Amino acid sequence: MKEESATPERKSASAKQPPEDHRLRMVNRTMQLYRNQSHALIETLHAVQESFGYLEEGVLKHVAGTLRVPLSRVYAVATFYHSFTLKPPGEHTCVICMGTACYIGGSGAILGDIKEKVGIGSGETTPDGKVSLLVARCLGSCGLAPAGVFDGEVAGKLSPDNVIDKIGRWR
Amino acid sequence: MSHHPKGKLRTDLNPSRLLTFKIDDRDVSAREDESILEVARQNGIAIPTLCHLDGLSERGACRLCIVEVRGVAKLLPSCVTFPRQDMEVITNSERVVNYRKKILELLFTERNHVCSVCVSNGHCELQNLSVELGVTHVRYNYLYPEHAVDASHSRFSVDHNRCVLCLRCVRVCDEIEGAHTWDIMGRGITSKVITDLNQPWGTAETCTGCGKCVQVCPTGALSEKGKSVAEMIKRRQFLPYLQMMRGRQEESWQK
Amino acid sequence: MTLNIEDLHQIAKIEQDTQQGFQHRINVCVAAGCLSCGSGVVKDALAREVGKRGLDNWCQVKGVGCLGLCTAGPLIALEVGGRFYQGVKVADVADIVEALGASPVDRLLYPDDSAFFQRQLRIVTENCGRIDPERIEEYIAESGYEGLYLALTQMTRQEVLGQVTESGLRGRGGAGFPTGLKWTTVAKTVDSTKFVICNADEGDPGAFMDRSVLESDPHRVIEGMAVAGYATGASQGFIYVRAEYPLAVKRVRMALSQAERMGILGNNIFNTNFSFNIKVRLGAGAFVCGEETALIASIEGRMGRPRPRPPFPAEYGLWEHPTLINNVETFANIPPIIRHGGKWFAGIGTEKSKGTKVFALAGKIVNTGLIEVPMGMPLREIVYEIGGGIPEGKRFKAVQTGGPSGGCIPQQFLDMPVDYDSLMQVGSIMGSGGMIVMDESSCMVDVAKFFMEFCMSESCGKCAPCRVGTRQIYDILCKITAGGATTEDLATLEDLCDLVKHTSLCGLGQSAPNPVLTTLNYFRDEYLAHIHDKKCLAGACKTAKEVS
Repeated sequence: MKEESATPERKSASAKQPPEDHRLRMVNRTMQLYRNQSHALIETLHAVQESFGYLEEGVLKHVAGTLRVPLSRVYAVATFYHSFTLKPPGEHTCVICMGTACYIGGSGAILGDIKEKVGIGSGETTPDGKVSLLVARCLGSCGLAPAGVFDGEVAGKLSPDNVIDKIGRWR
Repeated sequence: MSHHPKGKLRTDLNPSRLLTFKIDDRDVSAREDESILEVARQNGIAIPTLCHLDGLSERGACRLCIVEVRGVAKLLPSCVTFPRQDMEVITNSERVVNYRKKILELLFTERNHVCSVCVSNGHCELQNLSVELGVTHVRYNYLYPEHAVDASHSRFSVDHNRCVLCLRCVRVCDEIEGAHTWDIMGRGITSKVITDLNQPWGTAETCTGCGKCVQVCPTGALSEKGKSVAEMIKRRQFLPYLQMMRGRQEESWQK
Repeated sequence: MTLNIEDLHQIAKIEQDTQQGFQHRINVCVAAGCLSCGSGVVKDALAREVGKRGLDNWCQVKGVGCLGLCTAGPLIALEVGGRFYQGVKVADVADIVEALGASPVDRLLYPDDSAFFQRQLRIVTENCGRIDPERIEEYIAESGYEGLYLALTQMTRQEVLGQVTESGLRGRGGAGFPTGLKWTTVAKTVDSTKFVICNADEGDPGAFMDRSVLESDPHRVIEGMAVAGYATGASQGFIYVRAEYPLAVKRVRMALSQAERMGILGNNIFNTNFSFNIKVRLGAGAFVCGEETALIASIEGRMGRPRPRPPFPAEYGLWEHPTLINNVETFANIPPIIRHGGKWFAGIGTEKSKGTKVFALAGKIVNTGLIEVPMGMPLREIVYEIGGGIPEGKRFKAVQTGGPSGGCIPQQFLDMPVDYDSLMQVGSIMGSGGMIVMDESSCMVDVAKFFMEFCMSESCGKCAPCRVGTRQIYDILCKITAGGATTEDLATLEDLCDLVKHTSLCGLGQSAPNPVLTTLNYFRDEYLAHIHDKKCLAGACKTAKEVS
């Protein structure tokens, strides 16, 4: 099973008949917790995203079948909510907050600089698969505006230069 | 799950209670569970609609059927608003007529509705509405989104350029056919109707090929292949009948 | 295990004695704001330092919830002496421990007489920054769950409803609907299954009150919900919380299992026949889920698209059953109302806006952070005294309240009392409590554009006016800020705002034009400068003229 997760393409091929790997076990456990009821869909998608990093098509089919939710409805829910992503994320993730306080504090300029110098916009990943950029509505760290999250660590009082610098260190 | 007959959300309305109220200064009578729209149509009073279709659940989403009710500040969608004793409804004030026009204009700007090359030219509800409401020009900028045509299905095709997101296709597929092949992905201005996992219609495993979605589509977004413009008239007479016959055995996915 | 009041008092007593046993208590803020500037390591270093010196029985180091002054984080409060240290680093730890019992470390001291702490009135946040949010015992030691006990054992449902109604409490989520009326409506429905939902999907950009309360004092919200369950006849509750708040989610889950273990949630609470359980449901990033019917759809596992109301959730809500939905802050007000009575609460605030309000102060202001003030405090006092004014000697321009549904309040209304009705009068709303201050360098057209972009991408897309209208408005605002708009565009903009406001299906669409309408009303000159002179008065937009 292990070698199957080597590349994203192989992953989706293997997931057509999902292997009972540990990632899937977590998803199944979530569904069982809700006795496979259809209203567990969003909680289950959270579990899929947490264990797979994104919503992989084969797993979506598995979830649809188990919870008895129509395929198109699963896709609809997966694309309605912004927390979910259908694309595998990059190795590192940079989240820039675009809440009001951060916007007033200049996070728009930071995004502009990332677009210009790193070449990615919100929701995009660099071609080498190293860095993904996401935009948050509000991290709730308004006291530190403009704020961002770099691989899970919140950083405050950002400037275009120190953000480009942080991203540069990942590549 | 107690669903009201006719798929309505209102379990609180009593179909055996009758009342009288006024529509455009005319006295009318109604059952408590009949919407203002239904009663208006029974009395020959026309209210424009787009997402509404007899035989499908109501969405209250296109906002074209808004009416004024005396004493109520908000405009109310007549398809999901129920009359009260002595209510006074105005369906054609200048205010609502203007709003309806503007909403219709917004719909024209949203996608690429080019009637002259559309298979539904002459049989299109959007086109008819613009004639009915006297929309001759559009005051807003066209958005010109890029949308593809999916002709992968052997008998039907979907042209997203003509879609007005009324979701009649989604509802008929779920509520009447029971397949739920269609749904709507994304949100806001990026919303789009999809089949199964946003895949080409022809590859959607759940589609029974019944073609009901094509029949209920108000525009040329869903059409039958190989039909000429003259032949592309949609028939929906079966809908209220099927709704009655099939009942609502299970919880609807489309609320 | 079933507790009675003696057990509660016993737990409280043991806890209080333990606390009293320490000569010194160091409270380190471990809410998200301070954590993100490193308060976690500071706390660990302090504990190590105390241990190293063998002072474990003399000085207690504990993590507490939000102290409020996020701008000065990491913050530390010394409970004996009541002093605050700001911007504490690991390197300062030895000095802090050394100075205990002697004169404080001057370089870290936050000024004692600061209006920031003096002028606040804390009810909702009374425990924030004082108790360890991860221990139920500390909540109980602060009279926690006494309100629930009182309600269950000594009050009828009717009496609870009466107290809440008498308190005059209004919903803290935005619109300010009277809480007592909402509760009474749900209580009157005859269904045997009812639900209580806590809306913790705090979506306004620039608002973090609910997050702070959940992170700092989660049991208070649980207690409020249980009281609501008793009063309305519901036995199941849900907390719908944003997935973007992992710390809040963790602490709420922890609090729930502690309460369950003590029998404060579950069957036959306090030996009565009342049973109540609470489950957590995660949001998934959709602002529109703050709307009640959309939130319900989301808990049911569907897309968060609002449906037309009526029927209202109070009679036809979650899984078609009567459902009470209140926001975090509303529930957090309930325990003190039950403990002290509705009359006490009604004595605070103004005639039509009772109690206090928690605000998240942010933007161009010296003291960024979380504050709680009585309703009716003049805006000027909040901005200049508690907030400390505008940094870098810049000039005040506006305060934005109510997030994307609210408006911008200009200087001329600085002396206005902050309450539901006054805010409404000037075209804004109370909203959930975000308060963003803007100075002369903020362009009001750009701010309006920011909020419209937000509404456009958060629009669920169900109704045509909001789906297409917000996009059209956004396009025109882009054109204006780029210096390419004409006077006709301005007319179209106003026309579209009117359309979206009056014909949209839900509150998101109906209020989306507010930021544009208020800025058009109070800062029209800025719009005109962009259009006629191709110039941004604040110097924030790159207009066509300046680019070329």
